Formats: sequence, C-alpha cells, structure tokens
Amino acid sequence: MSSETKQILTTDGIPLEVSLKKAEKKNKIKAFLLVAPLLFFLIITYVFPIGDMLFRSVDDKMVTQMLPKTFKAMENWDGQDLPDEEVFAAFHEDFIKLVEDKREGKLSTQLNYTKNGFKSIIKKLRRASKKFEEGNYKEQIMAVHKRWADVEYWRAIQRRAPEFTGQKYLKGMDMYVNEEGKIVSVEEDRRIHRVLWLRTLEIAFFVTVFCFLMAYPIAHLLATLPMKYSNLLMICVLLPFWTSLLVRTASWMILLQQQGIVNDFFVGIGLVADDNRPEMMYNKTGSYVAMTQILLPFMVLPLYSVMKTISPSLMRAGKSLGGTPFVAFWKVYFPLTIPGIGAGCLLVFILAIGYYITPALVGGASGTLISNQIAFHMKSTLDWSFASAMGLMLLSGVLVIYWLYNKIVGIDNIKLG
Amino acid sequence: MALPKYTEPHYRIWHYIYLTICAAVFFFLIAPLFVIFPLSFNAEEFLSFSDGMKRLDPDAFSLRWYKDMIYGTKNPWGLAAKNSFIIAIFATIGSVILGTVAALGLSSRHMPYKGLIMAVLISPMIVPLIISGVAIFFFMAKAGLAATHTGIVLAHIILGTPFVVITVTATLSGFDHSVTRAAASLGSDPVNTFMKITLPLILPGVISGGLFAFVTSFDEVVVVLFLAGLENTTIPIQMWTGLREQLSPTILAVATCLIILSTLILVTAELLRRRSERLRGINR
Repeated sequence: MSSETKQILTTDGIPLEVSLKKAEKKNKIKAFLLVAPLLFFLIITYVFPIGDMLFRSVDDKMVTQMLPKTFKAMENWDGQDLPDEEVFAAFHEDFIKLVEDKREGKLSTQLNYTKNGFKSIIKKLRRASKKFEEGNYKEQIMAVHKRWADVEYWRAIQRRAPEFTGQKYLKGMDMYVNEEGKIVSVEEDRRIHRVLWLRTLEIAFFVTVFCFLMAYPIAHLLATLPMKYSNLLMICVLLPFWTSLLVRTASWMILLQQQGIVNDFFVGIGLVADDNRPEMMYNKTGSYVAMTQILLPFMVLPLYSVMKTISPSLMRAGKSLGGTPFVAFWKVYFPLTIPGIGAGCLLVFILAIGYYITPALVGGASGTLISNQIAFHMKSTLDWSFASAMGLMLLSGVLVIYWLYNKIVGIDNIKLG
Repeated sequence: MALPKYTEPHYRIWHYIYLTICAAVFFFLIAPLFVIFPLSFNAEEFLSFSDGMKRLDPDAFSLRWYKDMIYGTKNPWGLAAKNSFIIAIFATIGSVILGTVAALGLSSRHMPYKGLIMAVLISPMIVPLIISGVAIFFFMAKAGLAATHTGIVLAHIILGTPFVVITVTATLSGFDHSVTRAAASLGSDPVNTFMKITLPLILPGVISGGLFAFVTSFDEVVVVLFLAGLENTTIPIQMWTGLREQLSPTILAVATCLIILSTLILVTAELLRRRSERLRGINR
C-alpha cells in the first residue's frame, strides 16, 4: 500500500490496518491461551526438573559448605607440602561441628568419590577426635592414621573447594582430573562407562539395522496387498505395538531360557546337543532379539505410510521402459521410500538408545545399556548428581538425533498407528 | 499377489523367497505373544510345555494360576490392578483435556512460535524414559508428591499428553473451519460451538489419543519405579518385580489378561481410525 493511498477506515472510523492488526493480535492471544495450560504444566513439572538435573550434575556445594573454614585456610596453601597448622586447626573446627550435627558420614562419602580411602580414616578421626587436646592439631590428626599425613589426601580435599564441578561428566567418560590438574583417562581395565556408551550405540545401531531389514519387506507387502488381506496382516504389526512391553519381554524370557522353546526346537532339529544348550538370554543376544521384535512396529508403520503413497504404476513404467524388476525397484521404488526409511530408523534408534526395561530383564551383565547404569546410580549408589550427568549426556545425544529427525521428517509428521 | 503368467522362472523363485521372508517376519512379530496363552493354563509350575501339554492331555491344563492371581494369599495383583486402573483413568482424563485444548490452539494459524512450542509439548515422548523418570522424580520429591497417587497421575499426564496432542492435531489438520464460522455467524458462542460442532467431529482423534494415553499410563514402569511406594504398586511394577525375581506362571495369567485387554484396545483404535477417516472424507 503506497502512502498516498487514502487510508481505508472501518465503520468505527479506525483505520482498517490497525483494526486488522488488533484482531490478529487477539487471535494470537486466544490461540496461545489454549496452549498455555499444558505448556506451563510441562514447563513446571518437566522442563524445569531437567534444568534441575543440569544444576545437580555440576553442583558441588555440599563439601564446600561442610568445610568452610578449611577451604578459607587452604587459600594460602601452595599444595606442595603438607598444609600448615592453620589448615589442620580449621579442618578440626569444621570436623567437630560436622560430628555434632552427625554429618561426618556424608563428608566421608563425598570425599571418597574424590579419592578412595577416606571412609575409614574419617571414621578413625571421629573416634580419636573426642580425646584431642587443645592446640597442635597437625600432630594429633596426623597421628590418627598415616593417610592423614599424606599430602595427596589433603590435595583431594582441596579439589572439592569449588562450588561447581564438571567432574561427574568426566567420570561418565571414564576420565578424571589428576593431581596435576590435567584431564586423564582412568586405567584401561576400569573404563566401564566407555564400554557402556559404545555398547549402547552398538546395540541401538544393530537393532535399527535388523528392524530395517525385517520391516522393509513386510511394509512393502502390506502396502501392495489388497486391502482385505493387508488389514488382517496389519493386526500382526499393531497387536504387539499395543501390547504391554513387559508382556512381550516376559514372552521372550520364556522363549529364550535354557529349557525354553527355542532351545527345545534347536535340540529337536539336531542343531545343538541337549546337554550343551546355548545361553540365549542374560547376554547381548537376548537384548538384540527382544529389542528388535519390540521395536519392529515403530519401523514398519512409517515405512508403510510412505509406501502406501507410491503409485504401483511407477514400477510398471520402470519395467516397461526396459528395466528388469530389480532395476526398476532400485532406481524407482527404493529412492521414493527414503523419507520413510529415515523416519523409521531415527525413531527406532532414539527409542533403542534409551532402552531400560528389556535390557535389564533379558540383557544380563553383558547386555545392559547406559540407561541401566543411570537407574543403578539413582536407586543403589544414590549418586544422583552422577546419574543426572549421565542422563544429560544421553539426552544431548538424543536431542541431536531429534533435531535431525525434525530436519528430515518434521515433528508434525510423526504418525501413530 | 498372483504373478502374471509371463513371469520368468527366476523372478518367480525370488517372489516366493520374498513371501517366505515376509511370513517369517510376521511369525517373529506375533508368535511370541501366543506362547503365553497355553503356558498360562499349565497345571504344573514350569514355564515350558510339559509332556502332558504336548499330548493335549486335559489334566495337564488348569485354571490354577488364574485362581492364584485372583484369590492367592498375600497376592499383590488385586491392589496393583486397582491402582493401575485408577491412575490410568485419571491420567487419561488429564492428558485428554490438556492435550485437546493445546491441540486446538496449536492448529490455529495464528499460533506464534508453533514449531518451538510443539517441540516442547512432544518432548516427553522423545526424551528417553529413564531421563524423564529422573527429572520427574526430582520434581515430585521436592513437591512432596513422591509415593503418592497424585504424583504418579501427574507424571503419567506428562507422558501421555504428547500422544493426545499428536492425534488431535492430526485430526484437526483435515478439519473444515468454515463449519465453526458458520456456527459463529448463526450466533453460537465459542464454547457452545466447540461442544456442539468441533468436538463431535474430532472425537475419534480425541478418543484414540486418550487410548494412547491410557495405554502409556497402564503400561508405564520406568517412571513409576522411581515414584511408587509400597502402597502405589501397579501391574507393571508387579510384573517387573516378578520377572526379576522369579518367573511364576501367575505372571503369565496376568499377561494373558493384558493381551486380551490390548486386543480390545487395538480393535477400538482401529474402528475409530476408520470412522475418523470417513468423517474427514479421506477415502482409501
């Protein structure tokens, strides 16, 4: 609209442009108000708690607050030789206060994360400290146990001075900050977390590949069969989809156990000897088989919905132009299904990478994934900050895939059933 | 899929190989579910087919484990089933209301930041359950709702809403907005229009979203494991404990009931999907 054009007015005498903008704004607010309840509900109960996880994973205030005077005194310590009496006296003061509040156990747990061996010497110190005399705490504390006279342990305490730390993330990658302040890997035989990350990726990757290989032919069959047959066969895909995860895992536990039906069958056809039945559960095989079957519908459904839209005449055209059926399939049909392949693979991969229940039940020690480790730290060791750190590392991986998924398929295109 | 007569032999062979592969995959998908049925009627305490069962001897079958499920002493299943249904019903109601209203807003073309908001609303479905579990647990512990029904219901509303949002937005994408305008021009207020015009038309989508939310809640174990106390035990929790400790045939009886339930839900969902497609004029 050029500026010379006479402004169009509504009947109220307000310029139309202003009136339209007002209406537009009103509609925007209306739409937003509809979304607002769910949005705020999720932000409070879900998004903030995930932020809380981030905070917990780097939060290291506990020790800082338990030993305030010690850390103050340590500011003047160069960390080379044993600290001075000043530090020992401050530590003694802090420690006595902790014992009064019965919190010295927490301190020992926390310090033990930093360096093994704190648990017993703190217990000894608590007992000995009751008989301590005033003054010369350095001698008295060092006399309790030889580790108290070891400068390494004092450096370990000093490392806990900052309020925030990234060490939980390093621990999740089997790394730590050593005495010189460099980031190094732990010894080869103690790298449990790297093994778990790699195994999680490996299992998620192969489960995705297996699902793809199995889903492609049946999705094709479902998409090309006449409706009355395909509806019937679709039930074979949808029934497992709607059935409880635990029920499906239970059925695999029955099938795969050593006296189970699959083993009976192998013995029956003479593949294996009766006294030498292979272990198919409580290892990786169990995780692979059960997860593939459980996640297969998530691959079939997106593939099917894409294949359904491909006109059969395209294949006929390819063949009539001289392509063999294989060429026609590879050059015409397959490229058209790529959006479905992308959607299915990413969906299955995202689900597989965070799997918990099935690996915990059929995976045994060699088939568990990173999720199981997170649950272990949440429920057994109660190292919640470490569980949070691992969770967020997993989450960032998933978000990258989610972002890719959104680029390739679009979130709006997620189809269910 | 009959082959034309002129098909060359090696394509014919390939075609049969393809059909065999498909049959094998379908078998792999569905057969594990059917193992549970006969074994849940086992008269003995083993989880494999006894010789009597293989001979189809009637004495080898019994309802023993179903009786145990219902009348067994110190049996957790009654309480678990009650809790599961209560939690799932309230979680479904919550998810459906919040999700449908949000979907209405999201489908409006005036909605600002649609992509970002959609991403937030769908996130509980994408984020691995274990992470959701940890986050929700932290929240509920702070809010003092851990080990309460309310806490679990809220958690399941979080997990269930994405399904409702997705199904209802999908239904609304084919929705003809001129009918609501027609209603408005005839003097109907927005609430009345929604109840009388919009809701009946999108009802199939709402119900199928509700079914997803119900199943999500009814089947959910990861988050409940973090939240539940002894009083809040649910069917999945009991199954989880049972499967970890000892696999008793009673679990198979429960599993059979669950399969029957999921069949019913599947049939309902399919009927609704077809009805919805018919209502929206999509003919296939």
